[in-house]
Amino acid sequence: MNKEIKAVYTIWLREMTKFSRERVSIASSLVTPILWLFVFGGGMGINVRMGVMGTGYSAFIFPGIIGMTLLMTSIRSGISIIWDRDFGFLKEIMVAPISRISIVLGKALGGATTAIIEGLFILLLAFIVGIHLSAIQMILVIPVMFLISLGYNGFGLAFASSIQSSEGFQGIMGFIIMPTFFLSGALWPLTSAPEWLKAISYCNPLTYGVDTMRHIILGEGQFLLQADVLIIVCFALGTLFLTSRMFSIKK
Amino acid sequence: MIAIQTFNLTKQYGSLTAVDSLSLTIKKGTIFGLLGPNGAGKSTLLSMLCTILNPTSGTATVNGFDILSESEKVRQNIGIVFQSISIDDRLTGRENLKFHAMLYDVPDEMITERIGEVLSLLELSDRADDLVRTYSGGMIRRLEMARGLLHHPHILFLDEPTIGLDPQTREHIWSYIRDLTRKKKGNLTVLLTTHYMDEADLLCDEVAIIDKGQIIVRDSPENLKRDLQGEKIRIKMTSPETLSALLSENPRICKVSIESGVLEVRIAHNGKIVQEIFDITREAGIEIEHISIHEPTMHDVFLYYTGKEIRTEEEDNFTSQYRKMRRRR
Repeated sequence: MNKEIKAVYTIWLREMTKFSRERVSIASSLVTPILWLFVFGGGMGINVRMGVMGTGYSAFIFPGIIGMTLLMTSIRSGISIIWDRDFGFLKEIMVAPISRISIVLGKALGGATTAIIEGLFILLLAFIVGIHLSAIQMILVIPVMFLISLGYNGFGLAFASSIQSSEGFQGIMGFIIMPTFFLSGALWPLTSAPEWLKAISYCNPLTYGVDTMRHIILGEGQFLLQADVLIIVCFALGTLFLTSRMFSIKK
Repeated sequence: MIAIQTFNLTKQYGSLTAVDSLSLTIKKGTIFGLLGPNGAGKSTLLSMLCTILNPTSGTATVNGFDILSESEKVRQNIGIVFQSISIDDRLTGRENLKFHAMLYDVPDEMITERIGEVLSLLELSDRADDLVRTYSGGMIRRLEMARGLLHHPHILFLDEPTIGLDPQTREHIWSYIRDLTRKKKGNLTVLLTTHYMDEADLLCDEVAIIDKGQIIVRDSPENLKRDLQGEKIRIKMTSPETLSALLSENPRICKVSIESGVLEVRIAHNGKIVQEIFDITREAGIEIEHISIHEPTMHDVFLYYTGKEIRTEEEDNFTSQYRKMRRRR
């Protein structure tokens, strides 16, 4: 096996080993999306009649809730590199005879795998909100989930490597996750949103990720599917490139 | 037969020069100690040699490879034990070693054997499958050392290897390091930083005292102590003033002082000075209650060259991090 591929695999394997030991945290990170889906979705669904989408409110927000799950898990695992730095393990990786790109890729792929697994758990709940997914739909969603997760893992890594201390980063994380979720068109169709909200949402990569999944899961979306995909591919590549650059800088 | 050579190696942080055009050659197969007060530039030097920090100017070779142009080869040839913990405490000891072997591209079929080898060398075999967070500080240090040796490096960097450990564990670790270098017969060079004087004295073949980024002196601990000529004789008696007056004119004695009733004589050249003192006291009819001779220690050497006592930080990195790790449950 090529040395760098082996390095990527090793770092990925470490993330997976740790993930497999943290069953409680897997379960607990599913609580928030499930609450949004059933409690918020169910409660709002009775009071909201969706003019554009005929599928019901819970079904409408379903792709957005998957997006939220991916976002939370990805940013959290991207940011986990802060712990690696604080608890010293990052040094071990940084002095290994491997390239910086392999480190970033291994870390991001590990985080993305974690996010996809959590996303799949939510996806399996589709039938409860009245969505019947075919095998093809489920298979198609996975690469989309992968791109979104990769992008936000890269974002989390870049963010983590640009801040100095781990203190208060939990707060900052909340500051990123909730606004990104609210401004992604996950909870309402952007077509009928006020102009200012639209403008901000259009700058949010998650908007296009959620829209891609809506295309696949509900069969209808707001933007052109090709444009959606292009944007999330660029986002993933962009954040990974940026992070690799940040990691290569030696003091 | 050169393991490490630096050429005017310099590192500046703004106006502060941490390492100041330092040139140093270390022979293969030796245990070399870098001794210096805090902030002397020891860790900066080490970071540059293990290619995690770029020098401002100058360069160095490690096992024949340039740290700037061949950094990946340098990394493949070195093992490092950092001052602070660098082990993943959520993995088992064996998993930590396995990941290390994979990162350093140890062939798959050799990994199990190598892990077994380093585990038994550092006496960790029976705890290898426990999570590292259940380990004691000494075990973590040993695991880190095992990890550093796993890919058979030619040079082992140890940054304060025994900091925060109890005396017994420290002596254990010294004997591991000594046995290892002997066993590898010139194929393993150890470069360590320390601010424990006994560590420098008992473990190192050679030491360099560095201060303000420069080497002040470099030699074997034996030579350094001998060259200091700081042997002290302390004599206890009822009236030290009389003897003090008799000895103060002696050309072979550099300093006579009295401290709480004890006469302290500092000798320039040893020879038969003790006999001479005895003769003088007998002639003068002075009765000696007690006499003791103090050879200079590395403490004296250090104090002489740097002008400061080496001070231990209130809490070192290793201990504070170990505490932090313990808190994270």
